[in-house]
Amino acid sequence: MNFSIVNILFLSIFIGFIADNSEVDYLQIIPGTVEKVEMIYLPGGTFTMGSPKSEKNHFGDEGPQHEIEIAPFWIGKYEITWDIYELFIAREIDSKKPTEVLGDEVSIEVDAVSGATQPYTDMSFGMGIDGYPAICMTQLSAVKFCEWLSAMTGNFYRLPTEAEWEFACRAGTKTAYSFGDDPADLDLYAWYEGNSKGAYQKVGKKKPNPWGLFDMHGNVSEWTLDQYIPTVYNKRKRKTVSNPRVIPKKTYPRAVRGGAWTDQPSRLRSASRRPSSKQWKKRDPQIPKSLWWHTDAPFVGFRIVRPLNTPTVEEQKTYWN
Amino acid sequence: MKFKQNNLLSRRNFVKSTTLATTGILSATIPVAAMANVNGDKKLKLALVGCGGRGTGAIVQALQADENTELVAMADAFQDRVEKSLKAIQEHFDGVKKIKVKPKNLFSGFDAYKKAIDMADVVILTTPPGFRPYHFEYAIQNGKHVFMEKPVATDPVGVRKVLDVARMAKEKKLNVVVGLQRHYQKKYIDILERVNDGQIGKITGGQVYWNSRGVWVRARESKQTEMEYQMRNWYYFNWLCGDHILEQHIHNIDVANWFIGDYPAKAQGMGGRQVRNGKDHGEIFDHHFVEFTYNTGAVISSQCRHQPGCMSRVDESFQGTKGSANMRYGELIDLDGNAIHKYRSGKSTKSSKPSSSVANPLNEPNPYQVEHDKLFASIRNGGVISDAENGAKSTLTAIMGRMATYSGKEITWEQALNSNLQLMPENIDWNSNPPTMPDSKGLYSIPTPGITTF
Repeated sequence: MNFSIVNILFLSIFIGFIADNSEVDYLQIIPGTVEKVEMIYLPGGTFTMGSPKSEKNHFGDEGPQHEIEIAPFWIGKYEITWDIYELFIAREIDSKKPTEVLGDEVSIEVDAVSGATQPYTDMSFGMGIDGYPAICMTQLSAVKFCEWLSAMTGNFYRLPTEAEWEFACRAGTKTAYSFGDDPADLDLYAWYEGNSKGAYQKVGKKKPNPWGLFDMHGNVSEWTLDQYIPTVYNKRKRKTVSNPRVIPKKTYPRAVRGGAWTDQPSRLRSASRRPSSKQWKKRDPQIPKSLWWHTDAPFVGFRIVRPLNTPTVEEQKTYWN
Repeated sequence: MKFKQNNLLSRRNFVKSTTLATTGILSATIPVAAMANVNGDKKLKLALVGCGGRGTGAIVQALQADENTELVAMADAFQDRVEKSLKAIQEHFDGVKKIKVKPKNLFSGFDAYKKAIDMADVVILTTPPGFRPYHFEYAIQNGKHVFMEKPVATDPVGVRKVLDVARMAKEKKLNVVVGLQRHYQKKYIDILERVNDGQIGKITGGQVYWNSRGVWVRARESKQTEMEYQMRNWYYFNWLCGDHILEQHIHNIDVANWFIGDYPAKAQGMGGRQVRNGKDHGEIFDHHFVEFTYNTGAVISSQCRHQPGCMSRVDESFQGTKGSANMRYGELIDLDGNAIHKYRSGKSTKSSKPSSSVANPLNEPNPYQVEHDKLFASIRNGGVISDAENGAKSTLTAIMGRMATYSGKEITWEQALNSNLQLMPENIDWNSNPPTMPDSKGLYSIPTPGITTF
């Protein structure tokens, strides 16, 4: 995560290519700051989503397995950290947005993007800020972060769908984890209940998956765009589905992936799905409860994606509400 | 030191008995015949005084704590707040419980609290803390059980009033719960029991923290009078809020008092406003650091900061003669760093189906709900919970810290307790000026160490 100033300047030259949708990894600089989001290019393809009944700790909602076709996209190499997320909470850099943003995919006014409220208490629970993953945000808050970052940069960002997330997590593998089936190897790749010492850890400290993505298993579980429907895979049996997206009709439950520092190894499997819940705001002492914070979900964070083929302006809005 | 012994012991005993009350042991010892304003199975009427987000949350918890309750009246300085709150309560109970408050029982204005309290058996007091002593006094004078949020005053004059009224509440056998909810949180109760058992020896020092980004700001709107503006943006005015060392950090300072079993003998410290110093930030500091010294010689370092982009920590740690305790992790270690105990919440992930709950250190009963469950159980069983005296003394501890950081002087407990500092006016209406007024540039006088008196 530590790039020298020279590196940042050097790499930012390449951002110029992004407007042409060059199919390479890049660094998204956040205007007016030294913060950046590293984006990894995934050329898309087909994969088998879900897990077989024979997989240890398989849950009913992970089957039946089915074929999915995924269009090319970029995905964050790391979970979004507090360093970056705090810029969105503070919204003090909005005025530093360059008059000509580098991307041309999005044209929205940054001051039209809703801002998250300040949390009443310390939402990092003392587990660390610099280089640590942001947590406790609602899905709405994560979605609005994407809209804000899009407005600031001109590039279209959003959360991944469940299918995109699992495609990226598996990175071409069919095993329970992207490194194989043996949870004994988890220590090399992930933070979970067994090694987290009761707190999340800095992003990018374990080994990446085969496509260079860090912490897809563990550390913090990650928001997706989709409504959580346990039986949704039934409808996809025996056909190849392209880019499925389960547009939410209700606030709860929505799908969270990857498992967290609080979890047993089985919850970190590539196919494992978790529903969000109203209980995640249990200890918010206010009514109405915050739209922006889950007081009781110190295990949930997110990473962002950017599709190669930019949706229309109208479609874009549907990803941000 | 010897002559202080009695005083020390009585304070210590007092704090310990509070622990008993919160764990429900004390309640069993009160004979039912002696009850006042009780109530085996009658429908309890509730009134909410202070209809902000926290008040609305508290009344919902009260209504959930006991089936046989009814919200009968609501009061706030502002009518729009009352209406918004009622709507949120109704939405919360949609399809579960009917919430009907007659329009004539929705009161607004500075004396609205009296009308609402008159109608109730149990009142929820959740206005900005400056008003609390007066609202508490009226409620107890009129024989009501009380849940009130912390802090319970913003100045020593108010603290003394709450102490007087707390005695009256005890005499009348009225239940008073104060929203220092760590007293109702399993992790704290578990660790305190072990500390009292001597597992880390005698506490000699500690650190308490509320370092965070800060809270909301409500910008001035055109057509607002100065009084209306300050009442809306109340966090930044001391007569209403008391500064964040009191309004938020009281939670952690109170834990130090609770664990040590005493209140500090003196305080000295420093503070200022470095980052949060705009026109809409009133007169309060954005950081304080205070050293509280107890009669045993134990020293608690207290730090609170409202500055974005800095290290965040809301926590308490204590060092004893045999080891130390940390509250965030809920763990005790010995002097060699070996684990003595780690608090574990009840739930775990070993479920056979997908579940939203995970084993994490925060997964325990909601203390904001537990405090109401205990209050209503005590009212029903003829118990008496008496949180007000500790609430007032922990309020005074934080005020003592503020007096120290504002003045730059050392402040003793007696100086704070006997101080004539009065920020909250006794009479107030929409036509009066608030006790602190802006200068011609719209700025307020900021406390200056070395110059400001206490």
